[in-house]
Amino acid sequence: MTLQRTPLYEKHVAAGAKMVDFGGFEMPLKYSTETAEHLAVRNAVGVFDVSHMGEVFVEGADALLVMQRLVTNDAAKIVDGQAMYAGLLNERGGFVDDVVVYRFHATKFLVCVNAGNQHKDFAWMRGAVAAMALERPGLDCVVRNEGALWSQLAVQGPKAIDVVAQLCGEHVRGIGGYCFAAGRVGGDAQGIIARTGYTGEDGFELYVHNEHATALWDAVVAADAVPCGLACRDTLRLEAGMCLYGNDIDDDTTPLQANLGWIVKLDGRPPFIGHAALVAEKAAGPARLLRGLEMVERGIARHGYDVVDNNGVKVGVVTSGTQAPFVNKAIAFALLDRAHSAPGGTVAVSIRGKPVKATVVKLPFHKRSK
Amino acid sequence: MSNVPADLKYTEEHEWVRTEGDVVVVGITDHAQGSLGDVVFLDLPEVGRQLTRGKAFGVVESVKAVSDLYAPVDGEVVAVNSELVNAPEQVNKEPYGAAWMLKVKPKSAADVAGLLDAAGYAALLAKIAK
Repeated sequence: MTLQRTPLYEKHVAAGAKMVDFGGFEMPLKYSTETAEHLAVRNAVGVFDVSHMGEVFVEGADALLVMQRLVTNDAAKIVDGQAMYAGLLNERGGFVDDVVVYRFHATKFLVCVNAGNQHKDFAWMRGAVAAMALERPGLDCVVRNEGALWSQLAVQGPKAIDVVAQLCGEHVRGIGGYCFAAGRVGGDAQGIIARTGYTGEDGFELYVHNEHATALWDAVVAADAVPCGLACRDTLRLEAGMCLYGNDIDDDTTPLQANLGWIVKLDGRPPFIGHAALVAEKAAGPARLLRGLEMVERGIARHGYDVVDNNGVKVGVVTSGTQAPFVNKAIAFALLDRAHSAPGGTVAVSIRGKPVKATVVKLPFHKRSK
Repeated sequence: MSNVPADLKYTEEHEWVRTEGDVVVVGITDHAQGSLGDVVFLDLPEVGRQLTRGKAFGVVESVKAVSDLYAPVDGEVVAVNSELVNAPEQVNKEPYGAAWMLKVKPKSAADVAGLLDAAGYAALLAKIAK
């Protein structure tokens, strides 16, 4: 399969970015160094090309009813102009994907999906809607994959608000966390200004049609946002305790296991796909839980390394890990057997055959000061 | 284009070797550090360890990647840069200077002579870049 490119590909190459394959797209890994880019986002403002993300619109008189079937979080409890993090689950309660749902009206939603999952998700959503239409003849809902039409820039960091206000107008200061507005996004482009992100900092995700992407990128960079690549996006989200699909969560991991009970609303709403599995898992208690690890002895835990107890018996597996630039520690996420998941406990990560001690901690590792 | 000092010898796995009397100093090249990205962890052997040419003697880790370090020659480790273990970022800053990793007493001088010279290593890098 040939790799896809975003409209900003030429910009990245011209800026000297090292390019890598991510989710079927040729994306910038870094422009300068991953540490410098990471710290730019924590201390000032950075900009990421996240045009590889997928955009699926769900529209029609029955769109809200459909969203309630598709996602774990409660689309009836957010208001127009509000967004929410949610899961799409299989019948076993495992993640098909983790997504952000934007509610324009009860009749129009945008679901932002992971790049590598967008075709799978779209097929899954269409299948779920077709099944609903059999139960409810005349169901009024259309699911459209507009991933190929939209570009997305994530402007992230404590100074992101100033950059976005300069480009889009002072009114953006009034957009609350996890809220959004449709409107002018720099120049004459119309788009979506969302106060969302994947870094643990304040920031915005700006959605525009592809033809406006390069002008918007230039304007954001001219406003002193540092171009940032996927390498620091990964270390930023790790410090912030956010999951990466394919690493920390997949179709065998449920939200209850992944520390994401807060995006699951089981009661007072129509059941979503996977609802019954989660009700049963909640009653029994999840067999394993996602936790943070802080390395006590020297070593870096990586995806797939075993976690063992004092006797060398396997009690879990590392799902992500790195040396974290801002908190300046070797950190990891691990799925641990429930008996070994209590924060404060000591486990060991098996690194190249040697047990290296780590402490179990609650996520996140970094919380921004308000 | 990465820096390839003319007075060093090189392996195909991107280690450099500098002869100092009857020992050789070993590190990784500018190209290697650039490919790895920000180096954050090093695992180096103890003094006295016997190395076998082409076999892993340690590990270097960047934020994103884990990579083995390969012995350029057969020989015995006579010194280890323990300061580097506590400041692995030096590998990015001064790959040919402060970021030396080991001093090794080679079994045979012929092993050292058989390594790539700067022109040979530069040609290898040119081939990789294609």
